Amino acid sequence: MSRLVGWLFVLPALSVYAVFVLRPLALTVQYSLYRWDGIGPSTWVGWDNYLAVLTEPDLVGAIGHALVLVVIFTGVPLCLGLPAAAVLRRATGGRAVRAVLLLPQAVPLVAAGFAWSLLLSSTGAVNRLLAAVGLDGVTRAWLGDSSTALAAVGVIGAWALLGLCTTLLLVGVDRIDPALHEAARLDGAGPWQEFRAVTLPGVRRELGVCATVTTTAALASFDVVYVTTQGGPGNATAVPGLEVFSLAFAQREVGLASALAVVLVVLVLAVVAPVLRWSR
Amino acid sequence: MAHSGRFGAAVALLLASLLAGCSAPGVDRPQRAGAPGSPGSEPDCGTGPVVLRARFEAGFPLARALADEFTRHHPNVTWDVREEQFAVLTRNAPRLLVDDPPDLVRLPQVADLVGDGLLRDLDGYAAWFGWDDWPPAQLRTMRAGPGGRPRGEGPLYAMGFSTSVTGVFYNKDLAARIGFREPATLAEFDEALARAAEAGITPLAGFNAGATGGLVFPLQALMAAHGSPAAINDWVFQRPGATIDTPANAEAARHLQRWLRAGYFDADLNATDYARMVDRFASGQALFMLDGDWESATLDRRMPGRVGFFLVPPLRAGDPRAAMSGPPTFGIPAGSAHPDCAAAFLNWAVTDRAARETTVRVGGSLPLGPADAHLPPVEPGSVTAATLAAAAEVVAGGTGMDFVANATGAALAESWTPRLQELAAGERAPEDLLRLVQDDYVEQIGG
Repeated sequence: MSRLVGWLFVLPALSVYAVFVLRPLALTVQYSLYRWDGIGPSTWVGWDNYLAVLTEPDLVGAIGHALVLVVIFTGVPLCLGLPAAAVLRRATGGRAVRAVLLLPQAVPLVAAGFAWSLLLSSTGAVNRLLAAVGLDGVTRAWLGDSSTALAAVGVIGAWALLGLCTTLLLVGVDRIDPALHEAARLDGAGPWQEFRAVTLPGVRRELGVCATVTTTAALASFDVVYVTTQGGPGNATAVPGLEVFSLAFAQREVGLASALAVVLVVLVLAVVAPVLRWSR
Repeated sequence: MAHSGRFGAAVALLLASLLAGCSAPGVDRPQRAGAPGSPGSEPDCGTGPVVLRARFEAGFPLARALADEFTRHHPNVTWDVREEQFAVLTRNAPRLLVDDPPDLVRLPQVADLVGDGLLRDLDGYAAWFGWDDWPPAQLRTMRAGPGGRPRGEGPLYAMGFSTSVTGVFYNKDLAARIGFREPATLAEFDEALARAAEAGITPLAGFNAGATGGLVFPLQALMAAHGSPAAINDWVFQRPGATIDTPANAEAARHLQRWLRAGYFDADLNATDYARMVDRFASGQALFMLDGDWESATLDRRMPGRVGFFLVPPLRAGDPRAAMSGPPTFGIPAGSAHPDCAAAFLNWAVTDRAARETTVRVGGSLPLGPADAHLPPVEPGSVTAATLAAAAEVVAGGTGMDFVANATGAALAESWTPRLQELAAGERAPEDLLRLVQDDYVEQIGG
């Protein structure tokens, strides 16, 4: 009886979840086995769409770009966020700095993308700054140059995620018992040893959350790329999220788009699951 | 653990029940609606109140202006208009036409929609209203064969208000500085570009960023000059055996590469979008801009009397000049509630005197219609006057061509844009560009 009541409580949330998450997910899996233009009749093709996702150079390239973005989206915020958190903990005026750091998180990524594409344009602030310090030689349209576009997109994403990670890590650092730090110092640990033996293990969970959020953001990235480069120049910044959108809505290959989406889900789970297990 | 197992089972059950009984996605082809054959009586809007539902393109005020004008003449007809970005319309058109068909829709090329049986065949209306008697080139792009291909022949599936034309806009002030006269041959145009570059003027305003490789404008112009607009149309219309990878087109692509290598475009071409290109030209930062007459009204407003226009010149002086030309298309969905009234509106828009004047004043382009139809007066010396004359020349000579981006639904986004961005970056040989575009094309229309 009590078990039945339990289900009754779960039912409203579960039904919403079923309609808006599980059903679309199941349908996506189903569509991925057909060749279909989204309107007319469909043909069963079995695993052909998956084969295409894993062999067509454009689609494989998009997945490769997503993995590069994982390195930038995750690496930069973690490498800069952790020292920043360790320093900010002691610094005076930390609260104001925290607010500023969290600001990018409050700006919609689309707006940030527009602002950054102005900053990174050929006459934008970044190039003027470079020219001002005598680096005229390297100025370029950062998002319009195929050798720098992907990295530029990565920088925008990393900028947006840095604040979130730093804030999360600060919370983790704050939560560590001060007695541990004191004990470490009494035992003669230097700042580096203290960081490695006390701070790092203390924020393991927060690190896990950061890595999960940033990795997912990188693999499923769409908005930054859509606003700044639309996958160009050439296919230099094509990512799976954008390809799914273009396959489904421009090329009307709903089956192939669904297969790529399913592969993306599997990829996200495969990358995120070990991180979550490590941080538990 | 037992709990999570049970939950897992519940989810699996739910998934299974969702999947079970699911048949293959999609519907069988809807009945071909609007079978041709002349309407029994004059298609009109009747005398009772009618609300026409329409989807128009945001940023192009002509359709809305004509709709309002129509209501002034026929007070029983009112409009429920929604305006959307063209890209949004393009993406949503099939679903819109299935789920909630309005009476009139601004459409991308019609092939796929015809293939799905979503558009009304307008041949009956064309016969009744006499659209068939117009110069056939005007309506060619809106015809499609069975199943949607090839285009350019077969029943009429859409209509337009005016025919646009592309060519070269030039800044008269900058032109005077280099002693420029409108060129009679492509070689003369090349020479003008070189002189502008020597004088420190950016010769060509261009755009090639993001989703739209704008270099496709100059490339298509050069392909028509080196080859023929008819061959390009065959390819765009998906005539059997047509190819874009021809020696003449390769010569055109090499020609474009020479322009790129000579630095005739700004260096940040791949990061410049359409709006920025127009702004650069309109603020006097470039001598030439390859674009279409949809910008005429804007340029007459921003730089009155200071802009000229000419069609891209041919290789040999005196040969006919080609241009991309064709009407922005409006279709009547198969599921429209008031198809006769929508057709009556389309006919009124191109035959009524006041409507034709509205088309020239608001749209800045040549109204469709019979060859001898009333042509409203325009300000002499304006760029609108120049583009109207050019459009008339292209219509009369039958040298208009459809936009190569309309060849397939994905041609622009998946083929032309990325390949032209690579060409601009110096990473793609002109011959490879055409070969790859052709490969994509064969793959897309083969399926």
